[in-house]
Amino acid sequence: MRGGRTSLAREGATLPLIAVILALIAVWYVGAVALNAPQAREQLAEGAGFRDLAAATWSMTRPVLPAPHQIAVELARSLFTHPITSPRSLVYHAWVTVSAALAGLGFALALGLLLAIGIVHVRLLDRSLMPWVIASQTVPVLAIAPMVVVVLGNLGITGLLPKAAIAGYLAFFPITVGMVKGLRAPDPLQLDLMRTYDARAMQVFSLLRFPASLGFLFPSLRIAVTLALVGAIVAELPTGAQAGLGARLLAGSYYGQTVQIWAALFMAAAMSMLGLAAVSLIETLAARRRGGRL
Amino acid sequence: MKAAPFLWTALGLVGATLARFAVADAAPGGMFGATLGATLALAAIAVLALFLAMVGFARGEGWFARLATPALFGFLLLWLWEMLVIGFAVPFVLLPPPSAIARAFGAHLALLTQDFAQTYLHAVIAGYALGCGAGFLVALAIDRSPFLKRGFLPMGNMISAMPIVGIAPIMVMWFGFEWPSKAAVVVVMTFFPMLVNTTAGLAEAGAIERDLMQSYAARYGATLLKLRLPAALPHIFTALKLNSTLALIGAVVAEFFGTPILGMGFRISTEAAKMNLDLVWATITVAALAGSLSFGALALLERAVTFWHPSFRGSS
Repeated sequence: MRGGRTSLAREGATLPLIAVILALIAVWYVGAVALNAPQAREQLAEGAGFRDLAAATWSMTRPVLPAPHQIAVELARSLFTHPITSPRSLVYHAWVTVSAALAGLGFALALGLLLAIGIVHVRLLDRSLMPWVIASQTVPVLAIAPMVVVVLGNLGITGLLPKAAIAGYLAFFPITVGMVKGLRAPDPLQLDLMRTYDARAMQVFSLLRFPASLGFLFPSLRIAVTLALVGAIVAELPTGAQAGLGARLLAGSYYGQTVQIWAALFMAAAMSMLGLAAVSLIETLAARRRGGRL
Repeated sequence: MKAAPFLWTALGLVGATLARFAVADAAPGGMFGATLGATLALAAIAVLALFLAMVGFARGEGWFARLATPALFGFLLLWLWEMLVIGFAVPFVLLPPPSAIARAFGAHLALLTQDFAQTYLHAVIAGYALGCGAGFLVALAIDRSPFLKRGFLPMGNMISAMPIVGIAPIMVMWFGFEWPSKAAVVVVMTFFPMLVNTTAGLAEAGAIERDLMQSYAARYGATLLKLRLPAALPHIFTALKLNSTLALIGAVVAEFFGTPILGMGFRISTEAAKMNLDLVWATITVAALAGSLSFGALALLERAVTFWHPSFRGSS
């Protein structure tokens, strides 16, 4: 998987990627005409040409499928025309969601790391806990989101914490599984060498196991970043939160504001990209410190 | 295997059962007047015995020991949950005890079955089949063009990393409240992992094997069918397993945005709002069972189909 990706990237993926994206946008415009046409025909006068129809489908206030430029205009409007602290600004909503996702990610990182260390060092935990960690990945954990939010709300805990709890709960599994794999990555020869040096468990961990695990930490961190964001967004749905990208999605679907939904969706995608880029940056920095590779 | 872990297990299970009855009596309204001290003593014996049993089983090898340890651990967690909730009289609206969840499961079996049929048998299976099938076919279609592959692959990787569940409200608007809108979300969610993994899998066959096929003057189709698709199977199964979880998540979350009065996502969100947490937990149990059983079935199928793969060879 990894080898495949890098070799493809090396051959220059920019041009094909641009071509695919342009084709996608073209398909999108055609799709906007097709999907919005019934609604647009009602507004147009009899005998209007195709040119009028296309123009009408690309500039409706509540289209079935908004045209890409409408989404771009809405994004620009909600990003730049209001001060970023105003609830009408998309930056404000994005920050509400991202802060919950980040808090959850921090919680997941700490817990996942701790659990992985325990599982690698204690055989009982490995045998009893690890199967449940793996099994819990096959369970649709997002389904519990509404309940967690409602229950914590009953306890008087609202706002960031319930969302962070769900984001953390989702993000914690890939980190745990990845770190267990990573901490076990050193081969027996290296472990034997540490034993001949009479290294203590702590030294084996800090000098061998932990450095070896970094190559596994970053891929699982990439998955965790996306999951934390998804968790934070979904956690905003059940209570009808006032702020956040999930709240924008919900409000948009209640009032039929499709352009607003798509803008929130693109914002969420941008946040996910930003998170992935941040992980890649940290990975590069860590690799550079270690002389080029993890 | 030694007998000691089995004895500890038996003692632990008996102690746990007695402690469960004792704590119900010690809680307000108990009839036999079991004391707090007796309850604590029984609970301590149960925990200690179960712990020793787990330690014993964890030392052993073989499938039984590997199964017994997590099973006991799971039992211990459920039992602790039950004991703490009853012992501290935790309000029902916060956390119902497992026994209440089991009762709700039995009492609302018909309702839960209907929800399961609506969400899983309709939305998940239809969306999963369509999404995985389309991803697979598109991967085959772009396989012959390196240009398209280089364009689609980064795109697929990018989109797989996005919070796709967010399209749920749009799909509900397009396809209505019934299950097709949920299936549509599932299609989009499962399409890209399948595309990316199948493409990666098709690149898996080694150069020597390809050269051999070429020396046989095998056509593209024959090479694909006899060499490259079998070699791609492990990657395809990775996507199938990943997608089985994603599909369930997509369908459940899509129901939060609007649904007829049926479905697991609908049940969870409305019953949570009505504080019927035992029914919520029962629905979550159904979802967990459906998720892990489909994952397990796929894992077994994978084992049967790709028995030649190094990750299965050598393990019994």
